[in-house]
Amino acid sequence: MLSARNVVKHYGGVQALKGVDFDIYRGTVTTLFGENGAGKSTLMKILSGVEQPTDGQLILDGEPVRFASTVEAQHRGISIIHQELSLAPNMSVRDNIFMGRELRRAGGVDYAEEARQAAALMTELEEDIHPLTKVGDLRVGQQQIVEIARALSVDARILIMDEPTSALSATEVEVLFKVIRDLTARGVAIVYISHHLEEALEITDHAVVLRDGSMTAKAERADIDLAWIVRNMVGENFDLGSPPTGYEFGDTLLSVQSLTVPDDSNVDRAAVDHLSLDVRAGEVVCIYGLMGAGRTELLEALAGASQVSDGKVMLEGRDVTHMDIAQRIAAGLVLVPEDRQRDGLVQTMTVGRNLSLASIGAFVKNLFLSNSGERGLVDDSIRDVHVKTDGPGAMIGSLSGGNQQKVVIGKMVTTDPKVILLDEPSRGIDIGAKAEVFKLLAERAKQGLGVVYSTSEVNECLSIAHRIIVMGRGRIVAEFGPDVSKEQIMAASGESVAA
Amino acid sequence: MSDTRAATNTKGKSGLFANGFDPVGLLLEGRAFFGLIAIIVVFSYLSPNYFTFDNLLTMSSHVAIYGLLGLGMLLVILNGGIDLSVGSTLGLCGVMAGFFIHGVELAPLGVTLYPPIWVVAVLVCGVGAFVGLVNGILIARFKVPPFVATLGSLYAVRGIALLITGGLTYNNLGGKEALGNTGFDWLGFNRLFDIPIGVLVMIVVALILSVVLNKTAFGRWLYASGGNERAARLSGVPVKRVKISVYVLSGICAAIAGLVLTSELTSAGPTAGTTYELTAIATVVIGGAALTGGIGNVRGTLLGAFVIGFLSDGLVIVGVSAYWQMVFTGAVIVLAVLLNSIEYSGRAKKKSSNDGGATPSPQKTESAGTAASGGARQVPQKTAG
Ligand SMILES: Nc1ncnc2c1ncn2[C@@H]1O[C@H](COP(=O)(O)OP(=O)(O)OP(=O)(O)O)[C@@H](O)[C@H]1O
Ligand SMILES: [Mg+2]
Repeated sequence: MLSARNVVKHYGGVQALKGVDFDIYRGTVTTLFGENGAGKSTLMKILSGVEQPTDGQLILDGEPVRFASTVEAQHRGISIIHQELSLAPNMSVRDNIFMGRELRRAGGVDYAEEARQAAALMTELEEDIHPLTKVGDLRVGQQQIVEIARALSVDARILIMDEPTSALSATEVEVLFKVIRDLTARGVAIVYISHHLEEALEITDHAVVLRDGSMTAKAERADIDLAWIVRNMVGENFDLGSPPTGYEFGDTLLSVQSLTVPDDSNVDRAAVDHLSLDVRAGEVVCIYGLMGAGRTELLEALAGASQVSDGKVMLEGRDVTHMDIAQRIAAGLVLVPEDRQRDGLVQTMTVGRNLSLASIGAFVKNLFLSNSGERGLVDDSIRDVHVKTDGPGAMIGSLSGGNQQKVVIGKMVTTDPKVILLDEPSRGIDIGAKAEVFKLLAERAKQGLGVVYSTSEVNECLSIAHRIIVMGRGRIVAEFGPDVSKEQIMAASGESVAA
Repeated sequence: MSDTRAATNTKGKSGLFANGFDPVGLLLEGRAFFGLIAIIVVFSYLSPNYFTFDNLLTMSSHVAIYGLLGLGMLLVILNGGIDLSVGSTLGLCGVMAGFFIHGVELAPLGVTLYPPIWVVAVLVCGVGAFVGLVNGILIARFKVPPFVATLGSLYAVRGIALLITGGLTYNNLGGKEALGNTGFDWLGFNRLFDIPIGVLVMIVVALILSVVLNKTAFGRWLYASGGNERAARLSGVPVKRVKISVYVLSGICAAIAGLVLTSELTSAGPTAGTTYELTAIATVVIGGAALTGGIGNVRGTLLGAFVIGFLSDGLVIVGVSAYWQMVFTGAVIVLAVLLNSIEYSGRAKKKSSNDGGATPSPQKTESAGTAASGGARQVPQKTAG
């Protein structure tokens, strides 16, 4: 249906794509795999008119085409869900879905009809979101659902999804897959990018692997398995490992006592409800739960980013409940936030300055910033989390999505914390990078770091955690050791195990 | 595995940390600079009196006022805010200077105090800082949008200046030898190495601010909180303190400008500085700063001040009518900013069309980031002013 022929893309001196051929077929799901920075998003941006190729050709229904803009691509039936959310947070779900394509009727916009369609889309995606909710009030995962709904509402013939599920729970992914199957049955072509390899494998018909801007492999579903993908992506086989062992836990570092966080949108319910939790030195605690379980609220409250209505937070026996964020960072309690665009990165600054932002105190010498101090810190940090960049002077926006995520993680690891809270840190990073992050956390844990790792991927829990806590409705609903099975965790979270 | 990933490039490193000379960065900024040259060339051609030493001195005294206001405004704009009250603050501070020079009567004691000039200057800066503090607290603590809070002060502060003088102007600012408060005209009339004191004051303020912006934690905090306040806060940046500080600093800059202007005019009128807030915004914007925050530097703002000052004086010298002066000034402001944004427009346009023209805010910041990356190494350079 749509083909790319020998597409090349340069960004300044960086060659993001080196002559790629790519085909999309009617009624099938083509998945695109590749490391962070391999060029996946770039290729999709070219197919959907966001970027122009430096060289090469696009062929739609047998004839060469050029898309000068996304609007043009949309007219030809191509719709894209971007890796980075592109919603207007100040507007409602309904207005976001129909932004730029408002339904008209005599005398203005037909808001009622828009709301009805928006509600229908939400029902289709089995999501309980009112069309008039402000998008800024939604959690990342819900925003992602809105983003998907917007792409669906276009009625595209070709639908490109660049990591649509990075913030979704397993159930929601199931629902999305159901929708995707419906679409393909109607003849829609889908391109699907994900770093959740098993998940992608479940839905794929064709798999294509990109590596360093070139296509390295291509195969039908029947001929591939997980190992094939990993082998072609990174050139070797490996797994995420298992929780670090061979040492004793130290003293209790973090002690949360009966913590309660009010829910802004619902006064009857607390987002975190009298929750108590201890984390010891060297221990990796994984918090698993569905969206809305209160994980983000818990971690934000621990980091001092939100109001607490009751309870206490102790760090190394010190009461930090009334400290602000900066004081907690100084005391050694840091948060890697969930939403990298909104909370993690300063887009107007360079990679280096983003990495050093939380550790400025470490390289101030008599009032002034020390260049050499900062450079050392930034270089270490880039090495620690393996950021693929032109150098610390590159703007943060020039990094691929996964590499931006690594910067968010690196920034906080660099502060040399005692307890690190990570909220869905693996969003968008490839399997190799994930393994590196796990290795880093495991190493630091051995040296006595306490880790609280929130995720909605069961496999991640099993590969890193000494203790797995399942949250639901703001409380701890179950607690497991490292030997638990995937099914047990999911059952405890109230998720259908069928998934 | 790890060695392929660890292959993070080392070549571009000098970019972030280099502070020295950077020809490419200069060229990019060059556009405003060439604009300035063009202005000088055109007016020199039109009038033989333009490019003379005396006129240059006169013009640079005007530039000093715009520059001082602009530098304060730059801090506020870097923070993503706006300060509409600087013109009024300038007026009030001039009036306060006149008020102090004419003696502070302490009624219960039956004495009138005549503070020495340096005390007057400190007190006046205190007044400016106070106005800024009120703005800052309204904005940071009570979450009043900057535009609204400072619009309120624009009116209120001007009103106070009028109240103090009853609408009149302090004329005799010479002070009296016997009272030990002479010397106020030094600011406006004296020269050091042939350079007017006002200009030197501007240069000193500019140097201090450029060190603060590039070499201190405060500067880094300011760029970060202007670029993304939430991310900055979560990284431990004291965003509220930064915010209040920039308005206080802007108030102080306005106070200094008020002192210089009052001294140059040898009179303190309550309406001095009306609409100067707009000129200040123009200097910052011509200097390449983004009104969304996080981007801009001292060098650019100074350049902007020269463009505005040299242009408006030039128009007066060649005898363009006052009405046309406004038209020209407006055109030049837009033109300068247009030139500044030309390199960005290509990509920015594509980005914003994602959503059929409506640009949601996350998109905006992203396009700022990606657009800048076209010249990845020049941008940090700009901020390293
Ligand atoms: N605007 C840009 N300016 C400069 N370089 C860019 C820009 N956008 C992308 N790149 C570079 O192009 C390469 C490919 O990036 P792309 O975003 O396509 O990766 P990706 O495969 O989507 O990775 P991820 O899995 O992390 O999302 C990277 O090296 C990236 O640094
Ligand atoms: Mg990507």
